[in-house]
Amino acid sequence: MKQSFWKVLKHSPSILIGGVLVLTVILAALLAGVIAPYDPVTFNPVDRLQNPSFKHFLGTDIFGRDTFSRVLYGAQTSLAVAFLSVSIALLVGGIAGALAGFYRGLTDTIIMRITDILLAFPAVLLAIALLAFAGGGFWNLTLTIAVVYAAPFTRVARASVLRVREEVFVEASRALGLRSQLILLRHVLPNALSPLIVEISLRLAFAILSEASLSYLGLGPQPPAPSWGQMIADGRQLLETSPWMSLGPGLAITITVLGFNLLGDGLRDLLDPRLRKG
Amino acid sequence: MFSFLLQRLALALFSLFGVMLLVFLMVRLVPGDVVTNLVGLDSSATPAQREELRRLFGLDLPIHVQFGQWFGGLLQGNLGSSLRTDRPVLTDLALRLPVTLQLTVFALLIALIIAVPLGVAAAQNRGKTIDTIASLLALLGIAAPSFWIAILFVLVFSLQLRWFPPSGYTLFSEDPIGNLKSMFLPSLALGFSLAAATMRIVRSSLLEVLLLDYIRTAKAKGLAARAVVYQHAFRNALIPVVTVIGLQVGNLLGGTVIIEQIFGLPGIGRFALEGINLRDYPVVQGAVLVVAAGFVLVNVLVDVMYALIDPRVRFE
Repeated sequence: MKQSFWKVLKHSPSILIGGVLVLTVILAALLAGVIAPYDPVTFNPVDRLQNPSFKHFLGTDIFGRDTFSRVLYGAQTSLAVAFLSVSIALLVGGIAGALAGFYRGLTDTIIMRITDILLAFPAVLLAIALLAFAGGGFWNLTLTIAVVYAAPFTRVARASVLRVREEVFVEASRALGLRSQLILLRHVLPNALSPLIVEISLRLAFAILSEASLSYLGLGPQPPAPSWGQMIADGRQLLETSPWMSLGPGLAITITVLGFNLLGDGLRDLLDPRLRKG
Repeated sequence: MFSFLLQRLALALFSLFGVMLLVFLMVRLVPGDVVTNLVGLDSSATPAQREELRRLFGLDLPIHVQFGQWFGGLLQGNLGSSLRTDRPVLTDLALRLPVTLQLTVFALLIALIIAVPLGVAAAQNRGKTIDTIASLLALLGIAAPSFWIAILFVLVFSLQLRWFPPSGYTLFSEDPIGNLKSMFLPSLALGFSLAAATMRIVRSSLLEVLLLDYIRTAKAKGLAARAVVYQHAFRNALIPVVTVIGLQVGNLLGGTVIIEQIFGLPGIGRFALEGINLRDYPVVQGAVLVVAAGFVLVNVLVDVMYALIDPRVRFE
């Protein structure tokens, strides 16, 4: 197992590079308190609107707060929203999709029609509408992204379960007289997981992007807590004099999303039996 | 083929109805109230006056009756009036739709102009420098948020080079050149990630087709590489491309909300955002209906495209 792990890394640059990027961002978030040279929220008017220097790697904002430190702390917000929302979406969407695919019939019809409705609607607009009425903030943002992303998980889980339930070993367990819940949990689900793993990685990337867009519109975590989208919006007005206020957090978003995308692409190549070599 | 389309259309209309029901309930069930929003929290309006306003807007009726009235109006082409300005929602939508339509169509065109030649070049030169560069660009294009790309473009093309205005909208009928100038950066920013996604799928889909036997035959009989790709391979590589573009148009429509906000364009997305902020129910419902209808329409169009591209779909 250990050997094959290194073999995978050697043969899949996507997983390697994506993994390194994602790990870097996770470490930056976890160690923000240690690495960050300045406090992310305390005002320091003397140092306001500085350009990048050795003292402030990415310059400072209008209140004299260090942009680099705020980007590090912003990683905490961004990752927390992404991981929480995708976990909830996976749980809800995965269960719904598995039930729909396994039991078919009326259950399937009802669940999939609801999914169709949710998917018939641009995700960002749905999220904006939900948030604008419910109000912004960390938990509302997380739950909204979870609601929006539950539908794609339902689709993937259903398709995967549909494929597995037709396989001979499932037919065999049915012939042996196993109860259907047991077949679903023990035999179908474990074999239906790999498309979901790929979907998780790609959805994390989307969740980071959505969090950023919604924070940009002011619907994310409330200030002074730093969030990347909000920081870009703050920098928008001062683009001409202090471009790094927007450039820094934007780079952070791009790196994080790139990491999750590469990881997802690499995992898909690895887990898809049709693409696996040797 | 015809019955297949009819079935798709029926499903699409059902989805649309579901979306509208969802939005209708959502805007009413979530805390916050249009009347408070209109008169202000600390205003001197008496409870009786507030009740009068609610009755005037029909908000005192049971929710299913409200929906029935709104849906009945919709069937007659009446989307109600804004609670704030009293203007018919349909009038405002008609004024703003061209802006969003122009933005989306331009973004789509720009995406195709970038993606198709680049994807074909990458597939033809698999593993070479141009393939590596194109693939890296695509990865970055997908990863970078569109609103950030928009800001980068403003920084470079408006503030540094002064080629395009950083924001604002010019009517085409007043100043065609100014209109194109004001729409270029927003369309480019919106189309950028679509270009990246499309380029990747053009590349991988073409690569798959280029390995097939009939392509080897075409090459063996001495056809020029260009003719092989564009006349023989491209058509067969198009189905996944059309699928991805169809899926991405949803993101494109969602993206217009933020892009219109950044560039100050008076489109549907910004109209919806304003309506949401002011809790102007008819405005939100109208704007959402238009966007959702556009999305559903695109999906039906994608099905028609399948049939046009692939005769096997047509005769199924």
